[in-house]
Amino acid sequence: MSKDISFRKGADINLKGKAKNFINDKITSQSYALQPDDFFSLTPKLEIRENDYVSQGSPIFHDKKNPEIKFVSPVSGIISNIVRGPKRKIETIEIELNGNKKIVHDIPSNPDKKSIIELLTLSGCWPFIRQRPYNVIANPGDIPRYILISCFTSAPLDVDFDFILKNNHEDFQRGVQILNKLTKKSTILTVNSKSKNLFNNINDVDVVGVSGPHPSSNESVQIQKISPINMGDKVWVIRPEDVVNIGLFFKTGTYTAQRTVAVAGSCIKNPQYFRTKIGVKIDDLIKIAKLNKKRDIRFINGDVLSGSLTSQDGYIGFYNNLLSVIPEGNKYRMFGWLPFVDNDIPSLSKTSFSWLFRNKTFDIDTNLNGEERALVVTGEMEKVFPMDIYPMQLLKVCMTGDIEKMEAYGIYEVVPEDFGLIDYSCTSKIEAQEIISDAIELMIKEVG
Amino acid sequence: MKFLRKKLDDIKRPFAKGEKWEKLAPAINAFDTFLFVPNHTTSRGSHIRDAVDLKRTMVTVIIALIPALIYGTYNTGYQYLIQTDSNFTFFDAFIHGSFKIIPMIAVSYIVGLTIEFAFAVYRGHEVNEGYLVTGMLIPMIMPVDIPLWMVGVSVAFAVIIAKEAFGGTGMNILNPALTARAFAFFAYPTYMSGNKVWVSEASMVDGISGETILGSLAAGQQIAYSTMDMFAGSIPGSIAETSTLWIIVGALILIITGVGSWRIMAGGVLGASIMAILFNLWGANSLMSFNWMNHLIVGGFAFGIVFMATDPVSAAQTQKGKWIYGILVGVFCIMIRVFNPAYPEGVMLAILLMNVFAPTIDHYVYNSNILKRKKRWELSRIKTT
Repeated sequence: MSKDISFRKGADINLKGKAKNFINDKITSQSYALQPDDFFSLTPKLEIRENDYVSQGSPIFHDKKNPEIKFVSPVSGIISNIVRGPKRKIETIEIELNGNKKIVHDIPSNPDKKSIIELLTLSGCWPFIRQRPYNVIANPGDIPRYILISCFTSAPLDVDFDFILKNNHEDFQRGVQILNKLTKKSTILTVNSKSKNLFNNINDVDVVGVSGPHPSSNESVQIQKISPINMGDKVWVIRPEDVVNIGLFFKTGTYTAQRTVAVAGSCIKNPQYFRTKIGVKIDDLIKIAKLNKKRDIRFINGDVLSGSLTSQDGYIGFYNNLLSVIPEGNKYRMFGWLPFVDNDIPSLSKTSFSWLFRNKTFDIDTNLNGEERALVVTGEMEKVFPMDIYPMQLLKVCMTGDIEKMEAYGIYEVVPEDFGLIDYSCTSKIEAQEIISDAIELMIKEVG
Repeated sequence: MKFLRKKLDDIKRPFAKGEKWEKLAPAINAFDTFLFVPNHTTSRGSHIRDAVDLKRTMVTVIIALIPALIYGTYNTGYQYLIQTDSNFTFFDAFIHGSFKIIPMIAVSYIVGLTIEFAFAVYRGHEVNEGYLVTGMLIPMIMPVDIPLWMVGVSVAFAVIIAKEAFGGTGMNILNPALTARAFAFFAYPTYMSGNKVWVSEASMVDGISGETILGSLAAGQQIAYSTMDMFAGSIPGSIAETSTLWIIVGALILIITGVGSWRIMAGGVLGASIMAILFNLWGANSLMSFNWMNHLIVGGFAFGIVFMATDPVSAAQTQKGKWIYGILVGVFCIMIRVFNPAYPEGVMLAILLMNVFAPTIDHYVYNSNILKRKKRWELSRIKTT
C-alpha cells in the first residue's frame, strides 16, 4: 500500500438533504437521453436518425476527431427526438424505451491490450475513461502513466460509492484488471482514509488513503500529491461505477450502462438513491423522490459546486451519480451586505457568524449574494485550493490567453471543477470555472 | 420592504436596457444594491455562493476604522481645548472635533464618489466599493487644519491619477489614500508639516501650537509626552493615527474577520522593531536613540501598517510575499524617520515605495513556483528518454 496523503486546505459545506442509504431499483423510466455536452470539447457525428430503432449498445454518434470511439444507447428503443440548439448544435438525443434488444460482443477468455481497446471503443465503454490534462475522453492510442480511480467523494451532498457499489465487488475487481492492461503501472485507487471500505479489498491496485476537506476527492489534487502531471504526460481517470460497467461488460458482453443516482438537496422530500441507466429522465426520479415545496427550484447534474444546470424535464448526465436540487435564490435581501447579518447563509469568511455553526446543515439557494467586482481580496483563493499552484495568477494569465504562461502556471494540472470552491468563496464573484474551461478549450485548440 | 422594493423597481425602469437612461444604470444600481442585495442568481460556474461580497468586506474595514476615528475626533478637540480652556468634557472635545472632521469626510466622499460614479458610467461597469474605505481613510490621515479645498484636490488627484488611470479598482499600483496624502504633502508642504498644522485652529490663533513627537525629535527638541500618552494617543498628529490603542482594536477586527492580512501587520512590526533596535544600539542622534518600542507607537506607523499597508490591491498578494513586503515596510519606515530629517515620518513613503515593489516581490515568489514545475518537467523528460 502506498503512503496516505492528506490535505489541509479546502472546505466542507454541509447542505440539507443528503440522500438516505436506500437504493430504489424498482424504477422503470420510459425515456433516456444522450447529451453530447457532457463530453468536454467533443463534436458529435450522428450515426442514427429520428425514429430509428436502436438496441442497447447500438452506436448513436461518434467523436468527429476519433471516429472509432462510439457513444451508444443505454437502452433499446426508438430515437424519439433530436434536440438541436443554436447553429444546429446537437443538444439532446432522446430515446423512448421499446423492446429489450441488446448488442452482445464476443469476449475472449484472456483478452490482450489491443482487443481490450477495440472492445471498449466499440461497445461504448471507452468514454468512461477520461484523461488529464483537460478532462477530455482518453485517446486510445496513448499509454497513460497511471490510471486513477477516486473512490470517495467530498463535494456537498455527494454520494457514498462504498454504499452504492457494495454488491459490485466482483465486477469492480474485473474492471480494474482490464484497466491494468492498458497502463504500465498498476491502477491507483484513492479512498477515504478514515473509513475502511470495500475498495481496500480490491487486489492488483495501489490503494492510497486520502483525508481532508473538499476538494480532496478531486482527481487533480490527488494526482498532484501522488505523482504530478508533467508537460506531455497523460494520466487517465475513471469513476468507480464506470469501472463496474467495464467489469460487467467483460462478464456479459453487453453495455450495461448501470447508473446509481442520488437525488438530493433541500428541495427533495425523500432524498434517496436510484439504480437506473445512464441518461434517465429526471422527472421520473423526481416523481418518486418528490419535491417538498412549491418554489423556484434548480436542478443540477452533479454537485452544487461544479455540476451543470439542467431542468426537471432534463436527463441525468453521462458521468453523474448525483442530482442536486436546491431552491433558486431570485429574491432580494435588504441590507444583506452588512457584516454579521443573514448568518443562515454559509460563509467561509469570518465576516459572518455562520462559521460558528460548522456542523449545521445549511439550506442554501442560488443567489449570487452580491455582484461581480474587480479582484480585490487576495489570499482567499489559496485557502480553498490545495495544490502547489497560485490560483489567482493562473486565472489572470488564463484571462489574457497567454499560452506559455498558462503552461508555466500549471494549466495542465487543473480542470474546471477544481475551481468550484474558488467560485463559491470569491468575494468578487469571479467565474473561475468558466475562465479555466475557456482556457482549456484554447489549449486544446492551440496546443492539442 | 415590499413597498420599498416596488418603488425602487419603478424608479429603475427608465434605466433598464434599451431605455432612455440606460447609460446611467451603474449610478442608480449603486443606490439600489446599497439597500438590497440583488436577486441575481448564479448562471455559470458554481451554483451556490458565499455570503461575503466586496460591500461586506469594505464595510468591515470601515467598522475597524471607527474606534480610531472616534478617538481621533475627540483628540482633535482635546488638543485644542487643552491649550485654550481648562474646563472641558469628553463631549466638548468630541463636538469640537466633529465640526472639524465631518466636513473633511463629506468633502472626501462627495469628490471621490462623484469621480467614481462618473468613471463607472463612462466605462459601463458597476461602482466598486473600494472608495468607501479610501474616502474614509483620506481625512483620517490629514492634519486637522488643512483647508477643505486641499482635501478635495488631493482626493481628485488620488482617484484619477492613482486609481482610474490604471484601470480602476483592483488595478492600481499605489494605495490611493496614501497617494492623496503624498500629493498634499508635496503640493502644500506648509499645510502638512511644522508646528502650526497638527492642532485645530493653530494656523489661525497665535497662542496655539503643537509639534508631533517625531517632528520634535527631528528638530532635536525634548519631548514632553509619556509613553502612555503616546500609546493612548493624546498627542498631536494627523487626525486618527495618534491612538495606537484604538488602532490595535481595529487591527483585531481586521485579523479576526480575516479581512486584513495579519502577515503584513506582523511583518511590519517585526521589521520596524528590528530596525529600531539596531538604531538604538547605534544611537548617533535623538531619533536613533529613541526607544524602539516608542518608535512603534508614535507617528503614523501603527495606522499605516494596519490600514494602509494591508490594502490587498497594492500590497503583495502571495503569502511569502506578504511577509517580505510587511517586513520591508517596517524597515524602511524607521530608516526614513532616522536618516531623513525632512521627513520625520517615514511610514507613508515606506508604504508607497513598497507598493511599487510589491509586484516584483510577487514575481519572484511566482517564479520559484514556475521554476519548480519546469524542473519537474525536465526530470521527467530525462527519465523517459
